Amino acid sequence: MDQFAWLIPTLPLAAFLIIVALTYRFKLLSAIVATSFSLGSLILAISILIQKIQNPKTTETFINWLTITANQQTVLTLQMGYLIDPLAAVMCLIVTLIATLVLLYSIGYMKGDEGFSRYFAYISLFTFSMLGLVISNNYFQTFVFWELVGLCSYLLIGFWFFKPEAADASKKAFITNRWADFGFLVGIIGLFTVFGSFNFTELSAVIGLHQNTLVLLILGLLVFLGPMGKSAMFPFHVWLPDAMEGPTPISALIHAATMVAAGIYLVARGYILFASVDSVMIVIAYIGGFTALFAATIALVQRDIKRILAFSTLSQLGYMMMALGVGSMTSGMFHLTTHAFFKALLFLGAGSIIHAVHDQDIFNMGGLVKKMPITVWTFVIGSLALSGIFPLAGFWSKDEILTVTLQHHFTGLFILGTLVAFLTAFYMFRLIFIALFGDKRSNHHAHESSWTMTLPLLILAILSIVAGLVNTPWFYQWTGMSFSTFLFFKEPEIPVIHWSIAGLSSLAALGGIFVAWIIYAKQHISADKLAERFKGAHTLLLNKYYIDELYGWVFNKGMIGLGKVFNFIDHTLIDGFFDGTATLIRSTGIQLRLFQTGRLQQYALVLFVAIAAMTIWGVR
Amino acid sequence: MHLFLLILIPLIGALFLILIPEKHQSLIKWTSAFFGLFGLALSIHIFFVFDKSALGMQFVESIPWIRSFGINFRLGMDGLSLSMVLLTSIIWFTGILVSWDLQERVKEFFIYMFILVAGVFGVFLSLDFLIMFVFLEIAVIPKFVLIHVWGSGKKEYSAIKYTLYLLTGSAFALIAMMMIYLQTMTLDFTQLATLTFSAPFQKIIFILLLIGFGVIIPLWPLHRWTPDGHSSAPTAISMLLAGVIMKLGGYALIRIGIGLFPIGAAFWAPLIAVIAVVNCIYIAFVAMVQKDLKYVVANSSISHMGYVLMGLAAMNTVSLTGAASQMFAHGIMAALFFALVGLIYQRTHTRMIADFGGLAHQMPRAATLFLMTGLASLGLPGFYNFVSEFLIFVGAFKTFPVLATMAILAVVITAIYVLRVVQQIFFGPRNPRWDNLKDISNVEMIPLIILVVVMLGFGIIPAPMTNLIDQGIDPIVQHEVKGSL
Repeated sequence: MDQFAWLIPTLPLAAFLIIVALTYRFKLLSAIVATSFSLGSLILAISILIQKIQNPKTTETFINWLTITANQQTVLTLQMGYLIDPLAAVMCLIVTLIATLVLLYSIGYMKGDEGFSRYFAYISLFTFSMLGLVISNNYFQTFVFWELVGLCSYLLIGFWFFKPEAADASKKAFITNRWADFGFLVGIIGLFTVFGSFNFTELSAVIGLHQNTLVLLILGLLVFLGPMGKSAMFPFHVWLPDAMEGPTPISALIHAATMVAAGIYLVARGYILFASVDSVMIVIAYIGGFTALFAATIALVQRDIKRILAFSTLSQLGYMMMALGVGSMTSGMFHLTTHAFFKALLFLGAGSIIHAVHDQDIFNMGGLVKKMPITVWTFVIGSLALSGIFPLAGFWSKDEILTVTLQHHFTGLFILGTLVAFLTAFYMFRLIFIALFGDKRSNHHAHESSWTMTLPLLILAILSIVAGLVNTPWFYQWTGMSFSTFLFFKEPEIPVIHWSIAGLSSLAALGGIFVAWIIYAKQHISADKLAERFKGAHTLLLNKYYIDELYGWVFNKGMIGLGKVFNFIDHTLIDGFFDGTATLIRSTGIQLRLFQTGRLQQYALVLFVAIAAMTIWGVR
Repeated sequence: MHLFLLILIPLIGALFLILIPEKHQSLIKWTSAFFGLFGLALSIHIFFVFDKSALGMQFVESIPWIRSFGINFRLGMDGLSLSMVLLTSIIWFTGILVSWDLQERVKEFFIYMFILVAGVFGVFLSLDFLIMFVFLEIAVIPKFVLIHVWGSGKKEYSAIKYTLYLLTGSAFALIAMMMIYLQTMTLDFTQLATLTFSAPFQKIIFILLLIGFGVIIPLWPLHRWTPDGHSSAPTAISMLLAGVIMKLGGYALIRIGIGLFPIGAAFWAPLIAVIAVVNCIYIAFVAMVQKDLKYVVANSSISHMGYVLMGLAAMNTVSLTGAASQMFAHGIMAALFFALVGLIYQRTHTRMIADFGGLAHQMPRAATLFLMTGLASLGLPGFYNFVSEFLIFVGAFKTFPVLATMAILAVVITAIYVLRVVQQIFFGPRNPRWDNLKDISNVEMIPLIILVVVMLGFGIIPAPMTNLIDQGIDPIVQHEVKGSL
């Protein structure tokens, strides 16, 4: 089955080409092509995953895409190929599954949009790039597809390019990621220079011999900059909330479930590199933990439904990164998987609501539960899963992360993680009580969406309930394997429930829901008064700690200023010097011309004076 | 006879054009296009018959020229020259097509253009320094007239600035050439390659060549002719200037400077690397604050040639293959950029970025192509520019890790100014001022599509081009390795 792995990304690529070349004018046909080809990839991904479960052997195939020879010896080889192991198989399934559901959903959501075919072409291109990244067997190929998913993200955030905010947001996303990818690029070139390969397998063989060396510390941190950008870790997080300017299904697919998870995936894929230097792991853990808390606090006060979800995504990505950093690849990947399901569900649900209400401000919604029950109840399921309520998917993965954090003696991060669990439950149920239940807050005419939009919601809701079970002790006892044992790194991790940790995190989550209920459902405490009381903190959070303003200032004052200085040097100093030289030569010429008058008398006079002078000088 | 023919095609074309009366404009254009296509077809033919596995020069042709000085009219071709010849013929042909709407003095325009192209072919094919020098001057001089007569803006200033800079550069190269001749009594590359020169001699020669050819690349701070020259030149001439003329400097520096004077090159390499970083970063910042679209593109060309310099400085097979690849890739990309800017200017009669906005509504084709070109310029995978930049960085990182890292930073700054321009011109709400603009027509699309296909084709399957360049570069590097022992 593995020999067909190359077909998984190729099918969406074919869909992209078909739409661009043939079906661009026939809108519905474009959608059908994109969705069915993606479904094809999904079926292939499922069969490969089943085969991997039966026989978890790694297969690697590649071609030499480019070779440079010097003196009959190969000095550089760039490969294109695929590496199918359990990690890649799981990720392929997530990407193709979410992509197919989002494509199906988009048929309803994007109905009547002028750029309908363009939209489906872009998503197909994205799916191709994302899958190319997932199955990559080397850092070079990863970088290539890494940039391509970035391009698709740029194109899709700016899909409604006539909206200035969308155009700004797409540019911001691309450039922020460029800064991060600069580090990534230098890092992989450095890896090649030091170890002579881009290939994951070859590198892992040699890196092990250089544990805790300075060169690996530098290279590890440089490569990690890439994941920090893509997964929007602090301080590169600024692009993700703005990316919500894109169509909502895009936010579900790219900016919640798959592309932003690529950073997590890359850390897992190159785990040997990062795990070989302790300080790199500590940096990863703390950046993850900090982002988790930082973003969760901002989410508390936002009004835009998509932005709340975006900050929640940031926070959850931080959670995953923290898990990887404390040393548990499997728990990070497990949370990535469950998060993909429930966060895609939440975004698609939000899309369904926005589609019905034509507004994104939660304070203009309210009273939706009767109008659109499927959307609302699946949204609640998603929120419960995200909050980590037993026995939904998020419970298992979040519990796993908190457990490993404590086991690896990161007590500070454990407390932080539990606090984030509380905040997560709070801001999600703040959203739910304000936007979905209670009274109508504006004059909207909401109605339930069509089946192409609700079917994906139902499928994702079911997955958000059951997906966590694959990493439970019961599942392990029943089948003899679990998510962790399937994906293991170094030693197989057999799932166990730590009741004390599970109890504590459940308590935190229920506490969050309870506080939200008190404030926003029962209104025993006035939210406005709270905001008034903690005005400073509230303003700070509302303005996202003013980081965007800081970056804007640095760009406008610093970089544009530098550009102006250099422009001045170019125009005034350098041009001045060379133009001045030219003028000097010209004026010298004009002066010298005076000596060549063509008058014999003058020449004779000069001659006479010269002879006279020489004679006088000679006589003396 | 392939190579003689290649130089003769534009010259014969120019002769034909002289015979056609000025008033038959469309006949002049069709004749030009015919010769351009002929040249393109011949270079593609050579690409296929060229033996990529054999090292060294192929199709060597020699005619005794000035016997008493031992100067022969020797032409030959390796992978490096072939890649540059392909580039030239692609840009020549597409440049003719882009000039289809030209009305003013059509005949002379194409005649000068053809002479220029003959000179360029000559430079890439010469196996003798003197011959190369003569061709270089033939390539440079017509440009003065082309900018002066058919240009726009402050064209007189730009034309004289261009000419003075390049002729001053030539003077340095000429001094170097005479010093070499006095030392060896030959200017034949093959014979020169068998000789060894003392280290001090090599150092002097190389710095003279660096200044002489560096002006053409252009090398900071000798770059100031470029923005004005590009911006004043008519579209097809900007395409040739950025696409081909700027590559003459890099080519000559690899062929003569690094190929024949490796010790001198190694001595000055750190200086080149530093200037490369200045080119990449400093000029990228300058590009960021330009208000005229053509100045942005012109500055971006200088910035991108900084990568070529970085590849030259590292002087290994990977970096030099990358540098030559970048010359090819940038040539195509710059030609496309200038063609698009020309098409937009032709319709809007403005190049001020602030005048635009929302143009994607009226000109979706232009927007798509401009965005693709911009993405190529910021080094997005999928375009050949990415491949060549990657090779340069990998090669340069080995020798100059810190400076290479600084040069890589330019990919970020490029992204900033390119995406900023794309947004300001094409995105945003519909601007009614441009409502009656026509998008690029099917006919106008032909040259643009050719360029895009080349850029994307080699970006997706780079091996045919990189192998070709590697074939030419590797003997040069191996000679350098031997020379430095």
